[in-house]
Amino acid sequence: MGEAQLRDPDVLVVGGGNAALCAAVTARRAGASVLILEHAPRDMRGGNSRHTRNLRAMHAAPTEVLTEAYLEDEYWQDLLRVTGGQTDEHLARMTIRASRGALDFMDGCGVKFQPALSGTLSLSRTNAFFLGGGKALVNAYYATAKALGVEVAYGAEVRSLALDKGRIAQVEAVVGEETLTLKPKAVVVASGGFQANLEWLREAWGPGAENFIIRGTPYATGTVLKDLLGQGAASVGDPTQCHAVAIDARAPKFDGGIVTRLDCVPFGIVVNKTGARFHDEGEDVWPKRYAIWGRLVAQQPDQIAWSIIDAKARELFMPSVFPAITADTIPELAVKLGLDPAAVQATVDGFNAAVRPGEFKPTSIEDGCATQGLTPPKTHWARAIDTAPFIAYPLRPGITFTYLGLKTDETARVQLEGGGAASNLWAAGEIMAGNILGKGYLAGFGMTIGTVFGRISGEEAARHALG
Amino acid sequence: MPLVDRPSLDKARYEMEVCNACRYCEGYCAVFPAMMRRREFTDGDLNYLANLCHGCKACFHACQYAPPHQFGINVPQTLASLRAETYAQYAWPRPLAVLYRKNGVTVAVVVALGIALVLGGLAFLKPEALTTGQGGEGAFYRVIPWRVMAGAAGLSLLWSMLALTMGGIRFWRDTGGGLAKGGAAAQAIHSVLTLRYLGGGHDGQDGCNDVGESFSQERRAFHHALFYGFGLCFASTCVAFVYDHFLFRAAPYPLTSAPVILGTAGGAAMMIGAGGMAWLKAVSDPRPEARQVLGGDYALLALLFAAAATGIGLLALRDTDAMPVVLAVHMGVILSLFALLPYSKMVHGLYRGLALLRSAAEAKQEGS
Repeated sequence: MGEAQLRDPDVLVVGGGNAALCAAVTARRAGASVLILEHAPRDMRGGNSRHTRNLRAMHAAPTEVLTEAYLEDEYWQDLLRVTGGQTDEHLARMTIRASRGALDFMDGCGVKFQPALSGTLSLSRTNAFFLGGGKALVNAYYATAKALGVEVAYGAEVRSLALDKGRIAQVEAVVGEETLTLKPKAVVVASGGFQANLEWLREAWGPGAENFIIRGTPYATGTVLKDLLGQGAASVGDPTQCHAVAIDARAPKFDGGIVTRLDCVPFGIVVNKTGARFHDEGEDVWPKRYAIWGRLVAQQPDQIAWSIIDAKARELFMPSVFPAITADTIPELAVKLGLDPAAVQATVDGFNAAVRPGEFKPTSIEDGCATQGLTPPKTHWARAIDTAPFIAYPLRPGITFTYLGLKTDETARVQLEGGGAASNLWAAGEIMAGNILGKGYLAGFGMTIGTVFGRISGEEAARHALG
Repeated sequence: MPLVDRPSLDKARYEMEVCNACRYCEGYCAVFPAMMRRREFTDGDLNYLANLCHGCKACFHACQYAPPHQFGINVPQTLASLRAETYAQYAWPRPLAVLYRKNGVTVAVVVALGIALVLGGLAFLKPEALTTGQGGEGAFYRVIPWRVMAGAAGLSLLWSMLALTMGGIRFWRDTGGGLAKGGAAAQAIHSVLTLRYLGGGHDGQDGCNDVGESFSQERRAFHHALFYGFGLCFASTCVAFVYDHFLFRAAPYPLTSAPVILGTAGGAAMMIGAGGMAWLKAVSDPRPEARQVLGGDYALLALLFAAAATGIGLLALRDTDAMPVVLAVHMGVILSLFALLPYSKMVHGLYRGLALLRSAAEAKQEGS
């Protein structure tokens, strides 16, 4: 669409992912005129939602897409565990209860789900899987928004929002070559975190941040977040924290998504640049430990490590998109990795010597294979690395999202430093997820927050705009 | 990095490895579950997956790695390119694989030759038959004797059946051989007859990406019209054969007779189906299409449309002076169609069916 068509809408939605789309559709249905400013071009629209796959939904009985039941208290306990208490119980429980209605809303927007029971992940009780994944979901929402008459501008980067006495007076955006000034009645910011802003990551992590890989969209630059925090919007969440997992070091700098994941860590050892081990690779089943390895690798010299397994472990994990690095001996493998062969051989020898016999259960924490007298120990799945060919995958920290966000209340209204709330500004999605998920990660919960608060913010913003 | 210059097999292998690490599309069709049963992909595996793909394009529109992403994943396009190569690879006899090089041209030339042969043959051997319109029972055979008509059709059909059988054997061996149980065959036949995988998720209720990002059942409906229309025309021919041989009634038959009703309904359905499929192809998002196969695709749709249209034309004009010429053209088209069965996009039905059989057999084995 041409810029000439962009008139001041009732509700301006900043961002183009799941939360933004839920807000836009809801506000439009309430009768408001809505404009979405999406930073990405059309083909890459949808923020990190394009990389998602499921949504965690509370339900009392089996549905077409969810098995058994998943009730509020269990959901809350799951959240409490991963956040270690860094959450807001009132907001969290409200979100959990609202997740019950999310699937119907999504269905009404053309989002399709996979039937329950399918998939290799054991999440079909708690999480509803989108047929085709997050990009298919995003496509469905855009189609719905279009049919409702929501205007969408792609390649539209919001540079600043003028927050004056708690009110957004105007919004400046760059669309193509043109700078645009809009005066919407209400604004919903759903523009994500700042994980794609390498400079900002450096502030928190030091020069090592150069070696981080951003798993999602390069458009999550945090420009809107920084702008609003600088004007007195209250913040929530630790500014130095991000969700980081260990991914294949050969992944592209941005947007590598799910396929860069490596699941082999528990079945071998992980060494750093000096060829030494640095953490218990068998601490817990992989999905639970997946998230700590980003930080562990980030703390190693040059932010790199290598997972080394042998032929016995080859079939135990999901295929990787990048080829395995293989060799017939450990020293040869070390040379291929650019490591000191003697150091790696010594680490492997020390590990093999410490392995004690036990019952090997590759997918269970009841596995009985552990090392003895080794520092750091390997407490599960410790089997000698002795069967050629030997296999290695390089690891780097992969940043999924950041925790710093805008503080909101249960109506998604943005709160101000020193008390009070903005009068015409709401936030939804990753930009405010830190209110509820202050730490850790719970599969599909980001989409729940985005959907629930997207709908709330859209409704509130429309109500405000329509007076 | 995008692997645009690599041969189809390498590109397909690369894309299947990316897909196998993602698996978000597992709910769309049979290709992804079949892919998930493998960690590594032999050439035969890829040829199998290529023929299992129905080109519904859902996985392209859902793909987070589709261009302009640097991974450049475009499964429908990649598998369509590879699929076209497998048609040549399995062609029998081998030298005729060349007919797939520019299949659109092949089809056009064969049809032109077919029409020229019948028309020219008549003009040369029996010029008077072309100019004298004659109605009444046995009129067609007074233009082209039954023995000639049935002989030419039967011989070309026999040859084609032989070639298709050899191609089918080659496909089956290349993709792993083995035996499939009866249950798998029933399931494969069900998938063929319902075009289950042109219906999208939820057992075909969701629809596919026929045109762009939105879902529809249009391609499935048009393909059904073409497929079952073809079936009705075939039934019409069979009934006519019974009329002729056992009831001793020679064509043309009255408008209310079974062969005419079946043939007219079938022909109309074929024209709607072929026209609709061509229209969908023309308006659909070109990004997931493989350009090099489009010529052969359109040519086959045109041929099927022509087969039906000349048949209906013959019905309309059978009592006029134009009948002999229209009959000759129709016969030329039909003979070309028969001859082209193993050397055109028509083979997709054979390999798709066999791929579905293999997929059903694998699923049953996995389930047991």
